[in-house]
This record gives sequence, structure tokens and C-alpha cells, in this order.
Amino acid sequence: MSDPQITEVTESADVPMLEMRDVTKMFGSVISLFEISTTVRAGQVTCVLGDNGAGKSTLIKILSGVHHADHGQLFVDGVPVRFSTPRDALDAGIATVFQDLAMVPLMAIWRNFFLGSEPTKGWGPLRRFDAATAKRITRQEMGEMGIDIRDPDQPVGTLSGGERQSVAIARAVHFGARLLILDEPTSALGVKQAGVVLKYIVQARDRGLGVIFITHNPHHAYPVGDRFLLLKRGRSLGDFAKSEISLHELTRLMAGGAELEALAHELEREPGADAASVGRELLRETETLG
Amino acid sequence: MTATTVTPADERVVAIGLVRRLLVKPEFGALVGAIVIFVFFAFQSDVFRSMDGAANWLDVSSTLGTMAVPVAMLMIGGHFDLSAGVQVGTAGLATGIMTTYWGLQLYASLAMSLVLMLAIGFVNGFLVTRTGLPSFIITLGMFLGLQGLNLGFTKQITNTVQVSNLDLVPGYHSLNNILGSTVTIGGAKFQIAIIWWVAFTVIASYLLLKTRFGNWIFATGGDPNASKNVGVRTNRTTIALFMITSAAAWFVGNTQIVRFGTIQAQSGIGQELYFIVAAVIGGCLLTGGYGSAVGAALGALIFGMTQVGIVNAGWNSDWFKLFVGVMLLLAVLANQFVRRFAEQSRR
Repeated sequence: MSDPQITEVTESADVPMLEMRDVTKMFGSVISLFEISTTVRAGQVTCVLGDNGAGKSTLIKILSGVHHADHGQLFVDGVPVRFSTPRDALDAGIATVFQDLAMVPLMAIWRNFFLGSEPTKGWGPLRRFDAATAKRITRQEMGEMGIDIRDPDQPVGTLSGGERQSVAIARAVHFGARLLILDEPTSALGVKQAGVVLKYIVQARDRGLGVIFITHNPHHAYPVGDRFLLLKRGRSLGDFAKSEISLHELTRLMAGGAELEALAHELEREPGADAASVGRELLRETETLG
Repeated sequence: MTATTVTPADERVVAIGLVRRLLVKPEFGALVGAIVIFVFFAFQSDVFRSMDGAANWLDVSSTLGTMAVPVAMLMIGGHFDLSAGVQVGTAGLATGIMTTYWGLQLYASLAMSLVLMLAIGFVNGFLVTRTGLPSFIITLGMFLGLQGLNLGFTKQITNTVQVSNLDLVPGYHSLNNILGSTVTIGGAKFQIAIIWWVAFTVIASYLLLKTRFGNWIFATGGDPNASKNVGVRTNRTTIALFMITSAAAWFVGNTQIVRFGTIQAQSGIGQELYFIVAAVIGGCLLTGGYGSAVGAALGALIFGMTQVGIVNAGWNSDWFKLFVGVMLLLAVLANQFVRRFAEQSRR
């Protein structure tokens, strides 16, 4: 892809920041992902939805350079890329905020913020961690996300789940991320904290970042998402723009609508009205969810 | 709690008072303990509070402390070294055999025994990082192996269980000035090893708190997976820590043979647990990621003061271990409380 014409195309605003085309990944004889395609644009949120075992984690690991796709291609700004290490993905501006957030609970916020990329001053044996700069930048970056950290010396373990998430996001942004991959950032949180994290996602989007938001909760995905990729057992159930799908439809697809109907029928055949009513109840509930 | 409120007078700042700040410092408990122990024995015995007494208990503390400080760094990095004690013997024996039996020049022997010790530390670290096995098991193997090697080698070469006569080797006196001489303050002779102990504590503190390497030590011990994910070279950090511990064993082992001119084949065995005890009294968590070099030095000081204080007070020294055991339990309980305090979520 060294054709100058194509390079020119990549500079046009219409080219997605990240595109995956027919990505397939096998682990031995198990098809973990099969011909998955989607796009992420700057200033947009692409949500990846799926239940446990849908292939969300595999997808993240391919995008962050931990695994390699067996087939299919990744394009960054329209240029085909191949990430052989997580460092390659980072260099391309793709930062992944993993579920464990890659933070050490007993360490101070500023130490965590710069962990692995510590600014130094001095030279030779006197080369030391520039704590003043680290604390100042931590405070400033957090401030830009609308968070006033009271004490950068506070251990990360004393922060709430949402705050920890925000430190991880601010850190990714500071270290040059253009595209954020957030791995189930809301799954372990209460309703209020999840709302706070959704707000950070919107904030990152408004700052012009591309965001891939991985979740199994359509109610978290729908309000912030611009695009929705639904995965099920390694296959795509569809890649929709927001205009093409309603929250109701999204929820139904997520819950596996047809399967649930079959389950309801099956339960109805069982002796005893209780089981049947449970089945109907289940069906009704998924229909009205939202 | 919403994290987004930007209020000038933040009510949550008040929650972190001075007491909390002090309590969260890992060495705080050891500092209080050291003061209590000093006051206690100073009242019991006038020998203990004299300059000669101080020179005595500082000497005992320094021997232990010079090892306890690197062992604390290793513990912060999430690992143990059960071979740290026997390595002290290995280092002294190596220098002794190379000079008095093989006729090597003294400083060349010192350099060679340093290389040997660094190699031992590297093997410890390499095996721990490569196999992923607990360092407890790996270094227990190293401990037993070196114990056999120390005794077997020494007997084979010297036909005794000790290496002596280092004081007859050319160049001994210049080395003795560095490692085994004394400084007279107020009529009492203070071992120069005390100064080395303080110097190593300062260097270790600087490394831990002010450098990138120190940040990596805390991270490696606190959460190795998270650290790896953000680009911390956890394996290198671990191997470096084991090598630092071995280098300290080299220093202490050679200090011993230089000071006394002789070293036993069994030297250092059993000390490894005391290094760990001093580090834990000094605030190190057994699980890693938390602790301090100053704390470990204070832990060693508590240890030395108690050992000497019991004798000075005219008590039966048989009770010393009971004292140590009780202090260890108290320290662990205090640490657990502090950790919960520090990790406590304010959701």
C-alpha cells in the first residue's frame, strides 16, 4: 500500500480511524471470531455488545495487539496494519483500558498515572522520577476530564470504581491515545457510578477521540453509541448505525429473542402451569425491557 | 459520591488528617516501636543508655540492618529470599578461600566473590521469573544447596569448618580500614559498619521513592499483571532485586571475615528469617507492594536494641526470642490494620 494515490485518500475526513474487515480468529479448532467487520470514526462511539463467550475479549486482544487475526485485515486511517505487540497498537494511538485498569491499588494516583512511562530529570546516577511534574500533569489531565483530584498522593485503592476508571481513561488520553478501547468499564459498577463513566465516554468522544465501548448492557450502550456491533458465539449478528436500530431491537437481539420464544414454548409444554407462566413472563419481560 | 464536583473548599480533604497521613507511612509503627524499646531499656540499665552501650546495640543492629534493607526492597517487590542468610557465609568463605588457600590478591578475590554473589542472585531471580514458582520454594532450594556447598567446599579445601587467617593476607589493613575499623565518639568505639548501614538505608530509600526503578519495585510487588500491561519490565525488576540482595550479602559476609579474620562454614544460616522479621516490623507487607527501607532499618534497630538490652538489663537472654516473636505478631497485626486503612474505599 505504498501507492501515493491511496495515501491521499487516507487523509480525507471520510476514512474511518479504524476499520476491521472480515476478521477471523481460531484457537485450535474453536472459532473464536468469524468474519467480523466494523468501523470506528473520530468523535464517535462504536459499541461492541455480546454475552459471555461472544468473542468480545478476543476482539479487544486483536485490536490491542495481544493476539493476531488469522484472516481479515485491520486498517488505521485507511492503511492496512498488523500489530505484532501491544506496543505497536499504542504507537498507532490505540489504547486499551482493560477491566483490571492496569493500576496498582496500593500506589499513589500520580505514581499509577505514569507507571511504565515515568518522566525523569537529572542524569547518570542522579536520574530520578520527576515527581513534581508527574503530580502536576496528573492533576491537570484529571481536571480536563472535569475531576478535581483532592490529593494525588492518595492510593488508587481508595478511589471509587468510577474515579479509577476515569484515571485510566485520562492516562490513556495523556499518552497519545486517539482511539480508546474500554473493556466493560461499567460492568462492575453501581447505577450511579456507571452513569459517571458514561459521561466520561461522552467527554472523550467530544474531544474528538474514537471510542470502542465493550459491554453486555444495551442500556449503557444505546445512549452513548453511534454504531453497534452485536456478537454472538464468535459471529456477528449485525453492525448497525444508531439510525438503523432501536433500543428495543438491540435488547431483543442481545437477549436472543427467537431463542427465548422457543424456551417459552418448551416451558409451556412441561406439566404444571407455573413453568409455563415463568416462560411467558420471561418473554414479556425481554419485550418490555427498556 | 460524584467525583465531578469542583468545590474550592473540598470537605473530603479534611478526612485525610495528619494522623491518617502518619499512620499510612509504612515506617511509622517501627519508629514508635523503636522509641518505646529505647526508653524502656534506657530506664532498665545505665549501661544501655551509655555511649558504649549505644555503640554495642548499634553494631548488632547494623549487621542485621545492612541485610534487612535490601530484603525489604525485595519484599516490596513481592518476593522472599530464604537464601539471604547463607549467602552471607558464601561470600565470606569465597573471599577467604581465594586469598588464604589459592593465594589470589585480596581485592581481586573481593571482585570475584562479588561476581559469584551476583550470579547467585541472578539465578534466584531468573528461576523465579522464568518458572513462576513462589520465590519461597526457589530460594529454599538455593538455601539448602548453598548450605551444603559452603560446608562441603570448606571441609574439602581446609579440612576444618572455617576459613581463617585473612588478617595475614597482604592488603588486609587497608581493607580493614574500610570495613572493620571503628570511629571513637564520646569515648566509645563505634563500628564503621554502622555508617555503611545508614548509607545503604539512605540509598535504598532514594531508589525506592525517587526513581523509576523504585516505582517499578512497588508496582511489581503490588500487581505484576497490571504493571506488565503498562510496560513495566517486571522480570528485570525482580532479577535486579535478587541481585541487590546478593550484593548486600557480599558486603556483609566480607565485613565479617575482615573484622574477625575468620568465618565459619555455617555462618549466616538462620539469619534469613531475622532479615524478614526486621523488614516486617518495619512495615513491609508479606504480600508485596508496600513497605520502606527506613522501616526495615528501624526494624533492625529494634531487634539490636532488644538483643543487647536484655543482656544489659541483667535478664536471662533465653527470653530474647519470645520478645522477638511477640513483636513480630504485633507488627503484623498493625500492618494489616494499616493496609486496610490505606486501601479502604471511600465509595
